[in-house]
Amino acid sequence: MKLTTKLLAATCIVSASAASAIELEVTHWWTSGGEAAAVTKFAEAWNATGNTWLDGAIAGSGGTARPIIISRILGGDPMAATQLNHGRQAEELIEAGLMLDLTEVAEAGNWAEIVNPPSLLDSCTLDGRIYCVPVNIHSTQWLWLSHAAYETAGVPVPTNWTEFVDTAPALREAGLQPLAMGQQGWQQNLAFGAITLAVAGLEPWSEVTINKNAEVAAGPEYAAVFEAVVDARELARGSNVQDWNQATNMVITGTAGAQLMGDWAQGEFAVAGLEEGVDYSCLPGLGLNAILDTGGDAFYFPVNRSPEITAAQLELAALLISPEVQVDFNLAKGSLPVRGDIDMASANGCMQQGLEILASGGVLPSGDQSLTPDSQTQIEDLMAEFWSGSMSAADAQARYASIIASAD
Amino acid sequence: MTTTLAPPQARAAKRPVRLFRNLMSKIALVPMILTALVIFVGGTAWTVVYSFTNSRLLPRLEFVGFDQYERLWSTARWVISIQNLALYGFLSMILSLVIGFTLAALLDRKIRFEGAFRTIFLYPFALSFVVTGVAWQWILNPDFGLQNLVREWGWTSFTFNPLNDPDTVMFGLLIAGIWQGSGLIMCIMLAGLRGIDEDIWKAARVDGIGTVKTYVRIIIPMMRPVFVTALVLIASGIIKLYDLVVAQTNGGPGISSEVPAKYVIDYMFRAQNLGQGFAASTMMLVSVLIILVPWAYLEFGGKKRG
Repeated sequence: MKLTTKLLAATCIVSASAASAIELEVTHWWTSGGEAAAVTKFAEAWNATGNTWLDGAIAGSGGTARPIIISRILGGDPMAATQLNHGRQAEELIEAGLMLDLTEVAEAGNWAEIVNPPSLLDSCTLDGRIYCVPVNIHSTQWLWLSHAAYETAGVPVPTNWTEFVDTAPALREAGLQPLAMGQQGWQQNLAFGAITLAVAGLEPWSEVTINKNAEVAAGPEYAAVFEAVVDARELARGSNVQDWNQATNMVITGTAGAQLMGDWAQGEFAVAGLEEGVDYSCLPGLGLNAILDTGGDAFYFPVNRSPEITAAQLELAALLISPEVQVDFNLAKGSLPVRGDIDMASANGCMQQGLEILASGGVLPSGDQSLTPDSQTQIEDLMAEFWSGSMSAADAQARYASIIASAD
Repeated sequence: MTTTLAPPQARAAKRPVRLFRNLMSKIALVPMILTALVIFVGGTAWTVVYSFTNSRLLPRLEFVGFDQYERLWSTARWVISIQNLALYGFLSMILSLVIGFTLAALLDRKIRFEGAFRTIFLYPFALSFVVTGVAWQWILNPDFGLQNLVREWGWTSFTFNPLNDPDTVMFGLLIAGIWQGSGLIMCIMLAGLRGIDEDIWKAARVDGIGTVKTYVRIIIPMMRPVFVTALVLIASGIIKLYDLVVAQTNGGPGISSEVPAKYVIDYMFRAQNLGQGFAASTMMLVSVLIILVPWAYLEFGGKKRG
């Protein structure tokens, strides 16, 4: 009898303490050095409110993590919150009623006013209701250059993509890898996207990516793009690393001249203690077109039966977009904040360049926001095949055009 | 005598209804029968039906005819996957049987430390495909693995880098697959060899038949059921080849080591296109049936007639 009472009392204490401090499990795929440093900022802010952040990091990039996240939600074992790239990845989950409606929090926090560019919030909106919190802006059109590598080769650091291609032979002669490239479909697809926007320009890009016009995809502007990508493929030959941060590391250590990667590479340079403008430089829009796409990460909150957890989910949603958390997180992550009204004076040169482009309106929705994961996967498969083999520019263009033709 | 002479009506009353014969064992079988029907047959039928729809992330019944199949067969990645599986399957079948039988036959020659050798050969089977894949990825890595080792020994021009070359990557996978799987085949073969009566060997020796010839002409034909078991195990391992590829090459370089099972998973979950994934898995089922049905007919149909 005594034991039972003790056990009962113990259970009461446990459940009572659980009620006061809610433990929320948050899944994400931020596992590289800079990313992990950034996610800690969220966890610290959440723990400071007296609740507990249960970190559910899933290693191996979004392609690995998303199926795990989605199958957990579909399988009835939802986490409290999860990272996804906003856009069309969660479209059907929202339609099926599996995601928590955040409209009230959004109205209370006046998100419609503060989120810049507004397309970010549009991507979270379905039928007038808001289902996700955008936390950062990532753009993918960046060329990262290693000053050390160019010093070794004895040529000046290029200021745009064309110059980079011209200086590449000098890097090869010095025994360096001109372009570092991780052998994963999404990175090759990212490089393709960055080159497309820089070479073809805005008009053809949006015609193809947003309006799915296959004729433009088969036309002369894109022919030039595929020729440029063939160049890039030659410059990337011999780069056998897999993960993007391993490729970034080649630029950091000066064994590679440059890398085409999103602005999250910034976090790796910061963790390595390199200084922008001295040890490395960055070229948004590859130095050709001052346009950045504005994809990014957002947090979704799967519907949960427990009212306590639901309340905590709404609280976390408001916290993630609050000014201080936005500044801390984005400085660590190397990404741009989603709010236009906060002070980012402590940001370095690369981020300032990004902020300027953002303020001047040179922004685009990202591929994630316009293309379904199905089309994205097909393009990634094509890019994986293209970059590793010797497919001709014309063949690749024809295959690309047919994917665009069947996209919806 | 008394039972056969009993009156017909009494016999009819005593004879149990066929359904209730061995009632207890039948009741015990019910859960397994239900599982098989609902999960295997039902799940398969469901998959086939939905492969004719345009389901994306969630299944929905909007039929689109053979669209998914047309797209599937016009996709380069799927065609390469099928070719890779055919190559891997053919070589893995032959090599597993040959290596497994050879090892078993050698162990059966009454050597010393047989137990130790058996354990060593079977040991890789205790590892999962993921561990096997990662271990062989390291072994075959030119900068740390075998190539580097041989170069350090002094043969500086030695090149062995199968995983980074699209033409040879499947052989890199094959090495790992054989290393992992041939131990089990060896054990099955060894059990089969132990089942052969010692007198057969004596008779063969009396007739002056050589050892190799005895194996090929007498022992192997006698081990037919053992070979069938081994074949089924190897074949099912080939069809479900997935984790080894994910761990060792992740389909790379490019898409040159993709396999059908990986296509199914990628399109179902990464591309959020269930219809396409179901179409691919239905094609996997069809290819298994094409191989299995004629074989089952020959194996079991023949006996009934005979």
